[in-house]
Amino acid sequence: MDTQRLVWSITLIGIAIIAAAFLYVVARSGTLLQFESVQKKAYGIRRWFFWALVVLGIGTAYATLAEFPIPDQHVPSAGARVVDVVGKQWSWELSANQYTAGVPVEFRVTSNDVNHGFGIYDPNGRLIAQTQAMPGFTNRLVHTFTEPGKYRVLCLEYCGLVHHNMITEFEVVAAPQGGKS
Amino acid sequence: MSALHQSTETLSRQERVVLNLYVITGLAVLVLMMLGGIAMRMSQGTWIELPPDLFYQIMTAHGAAMVGIAGLTSSAVMWYFLRKYVSLSPGIFLANYVLFMVGAVLILGSIFILQFGGGWTFLYPLPVKSNGMWSVHAAAGYMLGLISIGVGFLLFYLDATLAILRVYGNLGRALGLQWLFSGDIDKSHPPTVVASTMVIIANGIGTLCGAVVLVLCLVNAYVPAFELNPLLAKNMIYFFGHVFINASIYMGVIAVYELLPRYSGRPWGVSRPFLWAWAASTVMVLIVYPHHLLMDFVMPHWMLAMGQIISFTSGLPVLAVTAYGALTNVHRSGIRWSMPAKLLLLSMFGWAAGIIPAVIDGVISVNRVMHNTLWVPGHFHFYLLLGLWAMLFGFMYHVIRTRADEPDSAVDQLGFFAYLAGGLVFSGMLLMAGQASVPRRWAVHAPEWVPYASAASLAAILVVLATILFAVRIVSGLLRAPNVGTAH
Repeated sequence: MDTQRLVWSITLIGIAIIAAAFLYVVARSGTLLQFESVQKKAYGIRRWFFWALVVLGIGTAYATLAEFPIPDQHVPSAGARVVDVVGKQWSWELSANQYTAGVPVEFRVTSNDVNHGFGIYDPNGRLIAQTQAMPGFTNRLVHTFTEPGKYRVLCLEYCGLVHHNMITEFEVVAAPQGGKS
Repeated sequence: MSALHQSTETLSRQERVVLNLYVITGLAVLVLMMLGGIAMRMSQGTWIELPPDLFYQIMTAHGAAMVGIAGLTSSAVMWYFLRKYVSLSPGIFLANYVLFMVGAVLILGSIFILQFGGGWTFLYPLPVKSNGMWSVHAAAGYMLGLISIGVGFLLFYLDATLAILRVYGNLGRALGLQWLFSGDIDKSHPPTVVASTMVIIANGIGTLCGAVVLVLCLVNAYVPAFELNPLLAKNMIYFFGHVFINASIYMGVIAVYELLPRYSGRPWGVSRPFLWAWAASTVMVLIVYPHHLLMDFVMPHWMLAMGQIISFTSGLPVLAVTAYGALTNVHRSGIRWSMPAKLLLLSMFGWAAGIIPAVIDGVISVNRVMHNTLWVPGHFHFYLLLGLWAMLFGFMYHVIRTRADEPDSAVDQLGFFAYLAGGLVFSGMLLMAGQASVPRRWAVHAPEWVPYASAASLAAILVVLATILFAVRIVSGLLRAPNVGTAH
């Protein structure tokens, strides 16, 4: 399951749980019970609910940040192929348009004019990585392609009236048999 | 059951006129901008054909007007209830409205006459680097409009600050900080004062920051040699934008604290968890904004990590205190589900459920494949439509209500369920499109993205029909000069 589907499933489950809690309370709202009794029970549950959320938050933060998901911007990625990317209204310039599957690529992304979003879409139309292209700064995005095929780059930061046409393509080829190139 | 309308809420004739101006303007702009939103979704769904330049102009107006009107209408809620506890100036409240309208005229003129289409976030340097698509004057007009609106809000917050200081001595006491660790909490300390104090601190700073970056952008527009650091400008813009829209929700939620107890017949006073929640939210809303910059890898990484972690923690007060508190307040209370009560509880669901996709998107590794897809408008439409606007509709339905046992009309009930169903499907379609990697802010959609836009258009029609129905009922109620503020 890719990240998007996992996130979609978690979101639906989370919303469903909250909806169920609200529906339960609405369904029971017609019957009367002393507020003190309701408060005592509800606040007891809330203590557990609060700490459960805290534990969930700490666990998620550790799992997702222990290995920081953004590469160090001051140290070149070892063994990566470097590709310079420049965004400008409304096109992309890439210093190379063919990469090899299995070999990390370090995209050094900047802009000549305004903010753009460098979004990489795989051959199935799924967004697999992105970074911002900003004038005066270079963001380094490292990605290792696993599947050969035609990939597209779409602009993901609104950059003016032709923003939706700011698209380019590149190709990922299979590693030659016997080793990586 | 406590009185539906309290004597301390009685409006003078002048106050009633100003409140009506806020509410009617809020509803009118909301409906108009919803129609603009539908036009954009229909165009993406290939039902109609909007030229891209017009699409982006509508998009700019839709964003600016929806954020602005959310703030303006929410400030009416804060003003309506806060004036029970402190002395607010009706003149300043009116000045806020006038400056808002001046700003709105400047913004709409810049967009639809001078062709400005730089997006509501005016992300530097796009407003002045349009590649010849609009003039510097168009961008300047737009930014002056935002400054006018910001000045109005700052005046309102300044008036509220002085009024709170006169009664409570300092903002810390108004927030209830003296009871965070120990001491007997004064149960009569109003939640409205706590929430309002949080808003004036956070949004005072946020709006001021927005005004500063707008002025700097204006100088740059006419003196290009005066350049801004694009990363610093981006930080300031997102800080302002994040705080402003969240402050709108925090102003709107005052209606829940004030009104839900009147319909449930149970009190909702301050408690230590409540005070901790608001104190923590005051800090968190100011430091969470880097979660908008997670794809700016040159940002200090500690700030990005902080953005992710504070995204998690900022959800806690909403879920564990306010939404949970609302459920506790109505559970087995014998509450009568009239329109205000229904809408106010719906708002708690919309807010609590809407933050789930928002918090998840705050995870850096998720943001890498979700940022600037339709997932983002998916989550904020969820909690603005079903959260914030449900709060505001609940407040408005309350204001026009004369008796607690007044039955809801079949039309209102139909409107409620249409709004709920339409809002869920519309937001759900945006989220679904986001998980399918459909980019946001694209005038033209690829064929495989069209079904999401088509389904969303249908749902949006349902939402706008329900909203028009609410608006007609509320405006006619206001114009009938109801017993607003009359004790029962």
